[in-house]
Amino acid sequence: MAGSNANLNPAGPALRVDKLAKRFDGAAAPVWSDVSFDVPAGQSVAIIGGNGTGKSTLLRCCLRLIEPNAGQVHLHGETLTGKPAGHLRKMRSNVGFVFQKHNLVPRLSVLSNVLHGGMARSRGPRHWHHALASREDREYAMHCLEQVSLAHLAERRADHLSGGQSQRVAVARALMQKPRTIFADEPVASLDPQAGEEVMETFAKLALDHGLTLVFVSHHLDHALHYADRVLGLRDGRLDLDAPTASENLESLRSMYD
Amino acid sequence: MTESIRPAPPSRFEPPSPVSAVLFAAFLAFFTWSLAGAGISISELIEGLPNMAQIGSEMVPPATDRFSPMLDSVLVTFQMALVGSVIGILLSLPLAVLASRNHTPHPLIRSAVRGFVSFVRTVPDLAWALFFVASVGLGPFAGTLTLIVDTIGFCARFFAEAMEEVDSGPPEAMAAIGAGPIDIIACATLPMAMPSLVNTSLFALEKAVRSSVVLGLVGAGGIGAELATSMEMFRYDQSATIVLMIFVLVMAVESLSSHARAKLIGGRG
Repeated sequence: MAGSNANLNPAGPALRVDKLAKRFDGAAAPVWSDVSFDVPAGQSVAIIGGNGTGKSTLLRCCLRLIEPNAGQVHLHGETLTGKPAGHLRKMRSNVGFVFQKHNLVPRLSVLSNVLHGGMARSRGPRHWHHALASREDREYAMHCLEQVSLAHLAERRADHLSGGQSQRVAVARALMQKPRTIFADEPVASLDPQAGEEVMETFAKLALDHGLTLVFVSHHLDHALHYADRVLGLRDGRLDLDAPTASENLESLRSMYD
Repeated sequence: MTESIRPAPPSRFEPPSPVSAVLFAAFLAFFTWSLAGAGISISELIEGLPNMAQIGSEMVPPATDRFSPMLDSVLVTFQMALVGSVIGILLSLPLAVLASRNHTPHPLIRSAVRGFVSFVRTVPDLAWALFFVASVGLGPFAGTLTLIVDTIGFCARFFAEAMEEVDSGPPEAMAAIGAGPIDIIACATLPMAMPSLVNTSLFALEKAVRSSVVLGLVGAGGIGAELATSMEMFRYDQSATIVLMIFVLVMAVESLSSHARAKLIGGRG
């Protein structure tokens, strides 16, 4: 595990988490503390652990959507913790975040939702709605939808999609960011097994095609074994497992839930 | 076989606590006193019945001699309501953003804006109309200013509540992309709050149409002035025509607004 004084550069790890801790206001104990790990660029990492162990909190703290109480996060060679809002927004733009609930804007079209990902590069009204977007952005958004096989639904309202389709649109929105890393917080938790497999296959293919780093939270241990190069496990307020998936099996991972 | 003992169901009614009983008795006493304060008098009502019948008979048939100027006044009334409510709605949006818990730049700004909006809402529209008539003179401009202020008091509060109630997921997704506060409001909060915003705006228009009729009574333009004049001149047949015109106007606006509500809320974004 790398120390906090290591020389960081863009060619280093995509994500470096160093002695991170989080305690919510009024809570008796921290969710977790002293969490440290590196994720090399291009690696696929699964975070597992029982309910309430703080997997989603950890992912959000890595992007400061939730503020950690201690420790540091470095993204693509730059320190994220302690940075002002403007700089933080710029750093976040390199990470596509896919949520469990997909978090699409329900009344807008699929195309408008994908175009929102363009705000990672520039902001303003041209990214608010597909009617205002530039031709290049519209074309790129369609290309992103094509990669998740949903180009034919570009005009449909987001709240008229199935769960699996919504999640794939969320992936297309993340691709629109042209990210270097994708974080996914239980991306298949609300999907049926088949739709879940499709979404995970989409992630794996895109990560491979684009050389993306992938960090995903999952309760599906078979997904962790099949789609990740490495597994991190949270238990009892600390990082209790950090191992290559090749050295793990379903039984050993199940022990994290004991 | 022995029958098992079933637990008794709870009693149907809870007897009121002594405090509730005292409060209820106090309410009844105050209400009885209020009947006197409100000037309720059966004898005066009975004495007034012939006058009501007299005025009612004079209203039929409604007069048509001033139909054209009355129609002009109805149009002005509607124009005041439309312009007043649209400007009021547009001004309410930024105020609502500042007054909403999830978008305000600072809690103190939120408190100040909420205080201002509460004050605007608490002062009755007739008081605003008298203030604006005294400030800018008689006529529709005073009425329009009144409707703008009245709409702000109504819309800014409900817009802010609608913005606070939207699901926090999509705004969080926008923040994760790196979007700024204005992008988040424009891309996520406003589209998600849209059904509520449209509903409130159309209610504001309906409310403005009804208010604009009354504003004429204090000289703030529109059909209300015609109504006051006809009543003062004892031309109840003209009053009847005006009341019918107001009825048609209000019904038309309400019907158009329900149609627009269904169209806009169901539309594609």
